[in-house]
Amino acid sequence: MPAPSSAVTTFPALARWLLALPVAGGVWLLAYSHLGEFADALTGALQLSRATHLGEAVHFFLFDTAKVLLLLTGIVFVMGIVQTFFAPQRTRALLAGRRVGVGNVLAASLGIVTPFCSCSAVPLFIGFLSAGVPLGVTFSFLISAPMVNEVALVLLFGMFGWKVAALYLAMGLLVAIVAGCVIGALKMERHLEDWVQKLQSGQALAHADEAIGWVERFAAGWAHVKDIVGKVWPYILLGIGLGAAIHGYVPEDFMASFMGSDVWWAVPAAVVLGVPMYTNAAGIIPIVEALIGKGAALGTVLAFMMAVIALSAPEMIILRKALKPTLIATFAGIVASGILLVGYVFNWLL
Amino acid sequence: MKSVKVLGTGCANCRTTAALVEAVAREKGAPIELEKVEDLPAIMGYGVLSTPGVVIDGVVVHAGGVPARSKVESWF
Repeated sequence: MPAPSSAVTTFPALARWLLALPVAGGVWLLAYSHLGEFADALTGALQLSRATHLGEAVHFFLFDTAKVLLLLTGIVFVMGIVQTFFAPQRTRALLAGRRVGVGNVLAASLGIVTPFCSCSAVPLFIGFLSAGVPLGVTFSFLISAPMVNEVALVLLFGMFGWKVAALYLAMGLLVAIVAGCVIGALKMERHLEDWVQKLQSGQALAHADEAIGWVERFAAGWAHVKDIVGKVWPYILLGIGLGAAIHGYVPEDFMASFMGSDVWWAVPAAVVLGVPMYTNAAGIIPIVEALIGKGAALGTVLAFMMAVIALSAPEMIILRKALKPTLIATFAGIVASGILLVGYVFNWLL
Repeated sequence: MKSVKVLGTGCANCRTTAALVEAVAREKGAPIELEKVEDLPAIMGYGVLSTPGVVIDGVVVHAGGVPARSKVESWF
């Protein structure tokens, strides 16, 4: 019996989704607006008073964990659906032959909504090049995609507020755009591995876009939630636990800024420290929490976070299959410098 | 007998996909010849933009992420 075409959305399945979503949305809103009461009630049930250090820490932990998990679930679900509209083939078509400048901005922005897994970095990279996307524009995408993703933004927003999240977004896009422009201007096409250069000469990469119905889109959103939340929740608990401890036990005036903005070498140190480290967006959050809690300057901490995520040894090793060492070194160097610069500027601005 | 190739440079998702394909094919009793393609130039030759990718009898049926079980089942 032939499998049903994925383009035909069966009514019952769609109806189920269309009924479930508003209900889920309502529950979500209800939960989100009563976070305070929830934390109060649970803290009380544990026989703790908010006047004590332990009580305050526990209350903070409960409140923030619930808040972040709710935000993460909601936003990751929406992003999972958005991503179904931006399959790599479509992003590639949107970027092919774009002028430098405009192309870089577009590429960096698309990096946020196009699904990206680090092992796809090379196929994506080469696929873009062979479709006529300029080298610099492709790099803008490659820099922004792993770094400026919805998980990082949601976690930063949920744990540190919208200003921090917006800052990270702005910094990330800026580095991606400028670094991509610079690399493009250096005209390093001949530093691509030989087999890639040969491939570039007009390979028609025809892969028919799969027709996808709304049931598949909703299902993809839900799968994305299970995937991300399933991977990320230990880091959230750890990060918030750390924040709770700091919040409850560290007195307000103990903000020793040994990573503060008045130490000029803080930003370079952060970037140098960050480059050899590698973790995903969620893993770095506990460290970010600890640093900010200790009074580190925001620009420095975000620079560190970007350095860790954007430049990683595993990615360099994979990229080595398609790029010659000079180009990889240039890529790493320019991105690191970009992060450095952005870190300084934001410390100075704030 | 179907020739099934799983394209991927060796990350966890690619291994999961290969295991899934193998398990489903065995369940359905479909004879397949499973091959893992890890060589990048070869992977690019199929024109996929993201891995893991699955090629059955020379046709790309999936690219990007681990395929849903229902999708894998529809291939056999």
